Amino acid sequence: MTELTHRVPATAPEATAATPSTRSEVAAGIRASLSAGLGMFPLGIAFGLLVVQAGLPWWVAPALSLAAFAGSLELLLVGMIVVAAPLVTIALTTFLVNFRHVFYAFSFPIGVVRNPFARAYSVYALIDEAYAVTAASTDRWSAPRLLSMQLAFQSYWVGGGLVGVLVASMLPAPIEGLEFALCALFVTLTLDACRKREQVPSLVLAGLSFTAAVLLTPESALFVALLFFLGALLVRYTVQRMRVRAGARLGSGSRSAARSRAGIRRTRA
Amino acid sequence: MPETWYLVAVLATVFAITLALRALPFAALKPLRESELVRTLSVWMPAGILAILAASTLRGTILAGNGDGHGVLLEGAIAVAVTVVVHLAFGRRTLLSVGLGTATFVALVNLS
Repeated sequence: MTELTHRVPATAPEATAATPSTRSEVAAGIRASLSAGLGMFPLGIAFGLLVVQAGLPWWVAPALSLAAFAGSLELLLVGMIVVAAPLVTIALTTFLVNFRHVFYAFSFPIGVVRNPFARAYSVYALIDEAYAVTAASTDRWSAPRLLSMQLAFQSYWVGGGLVGVLVASMLPAPIEGLEFALCALFVTLTLDACRKREQVPSLVLAGLSFTAAVLLTPESALFVALLFFLGALLVRYTVQRMRVRAGARLGSGSRSAARSRAGIRRTRA
Repeated sequence: MPETWYLVAVLATVFAITLALRALPFAALKPLRESELVRTLSVWMPAGILAILAASTLRGTILAGNGDGHGVLLEGAIAVAVTVVVHLAFGRRTLLSVGLGTATFVALVNLS
């Protein structure tokens, strides 16, 4: 794949539109999208099925996939829309579930896209999969390659949703229990997110937050649990900062200060 | 069925927040990159948020029951266990784990 990038002048990626090397860059972008697309398309079908089975109008599936373009959030929103969750709950859930996107900008190769409209699309379509593929790749990215990959991702997702809507309309009766797919997805994502022992405190705080929220406010457990968890992390951060500062005042030779500083460095890495 | 104005309001809310989260860091990359709080939260947040979402969706599934008003606590617990075991045993292939876990739940709920 890397030999293709050398044919495209890195200085003006758009200027070469419609030349064979642009075409090969687009092909490379679509190739790069395939493995993640293998997961996105079936999940899109499940999403479309869920929208129709939940009793929502079919157009909610493509509309959400254009408005949010964030798979797990969209699946989550279906359940919230059905019970007419307040907009503030939807806003907080969206903010916290998608907060991870804030960190994608640091290493995403947006610099190769010069056209302002293409750039806006690239930012809008900066989904987990796009970040993961660029972060894992050592290739040189060009605008056609990056954009064709992102457009391919969105077509898998929107297309999968439409197929799901179509399948649901042809089913004689809704499949009971299909909504478990979302729970299963979050279970696997949780397992993938906590491979290191340093994630254990977060898991414990999350468990406490959710338990407290279910006991105190069973009607809006998710919203309150997310708030509790955010609050708990802010307290944890403040405590850790105070410990580091206290350690620093005692002198840099203090063993405990060195240890807690090392702890912070570890979590940051 | 929810009213159209509510659906449009949801779409607008979700669009604005999602786009802001994706676009803001490009505009304010430096201060964000240097903020220790933001960096620390980025390490601490994902696992806990995902665990809360898993617990919350499981609770929703169990509370909703199997349509006959029966709880499906045992079915849910078995399906979660299948998902976890498949995910850890077969090399973390999300599609496989989610597929088998969901198939287990659908089968158990429709058979009981």
